[in-house]
Amino acid sequence: MFAYIIRRIFAAAALLLVVSAVTFAIFFLLPRFAGETADQLAAQYIGKNPSPEAIAAVKKNLGFEQPLYTQYWHFLKGLVSGAEYKFGPEPATCHVPCFGYSFKNHLEVWPEMTSRIPVTISLAIGAAVLWLVSGITTGVISALKPRSVFDRLSMGVALAGVSLPVFFTGALLLTVFSYEWPILDNLHYVDFTEDPLMWARNLILPWISLAFLYSALYARLTRAGMLETMSEDYIRTARAKGLVERKVVVKHGLRSALTPIVTIFGMDLGLLLGGALITEQVFSLNGVGQFAVQAINDNDLPKVLGVTLLAAFFIVVCNLVVDLLYALVDPRVRLS
Amino acid sequence: MTAPMTTAGNAPEAPASPSPAKTIEGRSLGRIAWTRFKRDKAAVAGGIVVILLILLALLAGPLESLFGLDPDQPNTDLLDADLGGLPLGDWGGMSADHPLGIDPLQGRDLLARVVDGSWVSLLVAFGATVLSNTLGTVLGVMAGYYGGWVDTVISRLMDVFLAFPLLLFAIAISASLQGGAFGLHGLPLHIMVLIFVIGFFNWPYMGRIVRGQTLSLREREFVHAARSLGARGPFILFKELLPNLVGPILVYSTLLIPTNILFEAGLSFLGVGIQPPQSSWGGMLADAKNYYQVDPQYMVVPGLAIFITVLAFNLLGDGLRDALDPKSN
Repeated sequence: MFAYIIRRIFAAAALLLVVSAVTFAIFFLLPRFAGETADQLAAQYIGKNPSPEAIAAVKKNLGFEQPLYTQYWHFLKGLVSGAEYKFGPEPATCHVPCFGYSFKNHLEVWPEMTSRIPVTISLAIGAAVLWLVSGITTGVISALKPRSVFDRLSMGVALAGVSLPVFFTGALLLTVFSYEWPILDNLHYVDFTEDPLMWARNLILPWISLAFLYSALYARLTRAGMLETMSEDYIRTARAKGLVERKVVVKHGLRSALTPIVTIFGMDLGLLLGGALITEQVFSLNGVGQFAVQAINDNDLPKVLGVTLLAAFFIVVCNLVVDLLYALVDPRVRLS
Repeated sequence: MTAPMTTAGNAPEAPASPSPAKTIEGRSLGRIAWTRFKRDKAAVAGGIVVILLILLALLAGPLESLFGLDPDQPNTDLLDADLGGLPLGDWGGMSADHPLGIDPLQGRDLLARVVDGSWVSLLVAFGATVLSNTLGTVLGVMAGYYGGWVDTVISRLMDVFLAFPLLLFAIAISASLQGGAFGLHGLPLHIMVLIFVIGFFNWPYMGRIVRGQTLSLREREFVHAARSLGARGPFILFKELLPNLVGPILVYSTLLIPTNILFEAGLSFLGVGIQPPQSSWGGMLADAKNYYQVDPQYMVVPGLAIFITVLAFNLLGDGLRDALDPKSN
């Protein structure tokens, strides 16, 4: 088991390295591909009406003239040992871990990015709890009584759920609950440690609109998985030996039907933690997703690069955790 | 089910009908699937709506000129200047001339704008689906058939692609290519960029499905038979394996189109997809976000357009899956 964990961690680290290299290459090559010169690129890092001297300084300091692998090496070095940028009125220091330095508003990317993480985590975890509970319960009940009224009704709702974009359901919820009947108006993020009740009150609409989409998806997946598992031979065996139906369903059926769902959950949660871009935009939540959208709108490359790497990090870590959990419950995984 | 079906299921390449002397009529896999599909009312309804939508998208231009609808024609006389340019009258300015109402600030006809947004939405979704599923099928079938280092390289590549934050990447790339690339500008550029961005990062999903199916297909007798007759790699891949993968590819493509429609709408909603003056459903919703308190009608029109389109494709895809895959029932 220990060897397996070490192996998986190294694989995840290697994956992150590859992802970061590709991300880096794309963000540094793409503008060139679109026909921008090093001078124009450097100008983007400064702000309005840059002087030629400032452009030359940025170009030299950021090494835009150097080959790609040298630039990537400098970036990696910055992650572990920080970086110094000597130009402009005051020299800028980028502390460890240096995910980049935004020359547009003279801020380090890492602290600014991490300050947004609590919002995104609150949003993602709350929605995840909601959709796991409602989605899996609905899927199981539907699968146990296929073609019943409950099954048809809930699968109908689920089909509508996967066909509705979050930016439409979110806007509808806002119209109804913040405007027509203002029971949930004046929504803004309140930290959990400050006031847990206000935290939940102000996040309930984003949770619901996000969880509606995902629980629809998970209900459909759980139902399909349960229908397949419950027709397996070992379920018949379990019933034949006189096991209580509840135990047959939960311990024998659900347990194996959930396996693929856990994989998908790892991916979904990882993606959301890297910024629920659309939900945050609809509800004006100042999370990682909003940070990314603002960075992209400002054309602030260091921020975009930093936030993309953070998102990739969350995806890789969530997948790693899922893999390790599998190995813990299923010996076949760690021995293969 | 019936005996001919089982034979057809096991050897889909068998001739569609056996010798004419027999009284039992042989049915091809496609025929059986079609009979099963016809019985599914929801799927048929979805299919009809999809066909209508494709016709609408193809004929958007002629239809607009036929009915005198112009998606860019402002109607400032129908707006209430005192209320900051909200449509006059109830229900977002609905009238005989403008059956779905008009948008605030400019008073453009919403029906015309929704119709005009349909072809962009479908074009991007179809283009992206074709791109990602072609990539996924070719790489997946190669990984599954050749195995060894080919499989290792392609599978690792899938892992890397799946670790990318897709939406974030799509936004960043479309934003940085907004100014002009590939020698294109304006609307053609935006459509190309969207197709590329959505299609290029989605292929591993198809790749995994095709690889899994190929792994089990390549051990089947007809592949061994082809090989013993002297057939080589490419022939087996494209003439023997691929025809047997048409079912899953068709089903998955139909189910990927609605996902891509939502994706395109999401990008346009965030302001990095289709740019004004071209109308797009996502863009209209982003615009409506500023008015949902005073003019909810504006938001409902493009929202329902997306909902109906995506729902129809999902119904069709579910129906096709049930029809082509007997196990799922």
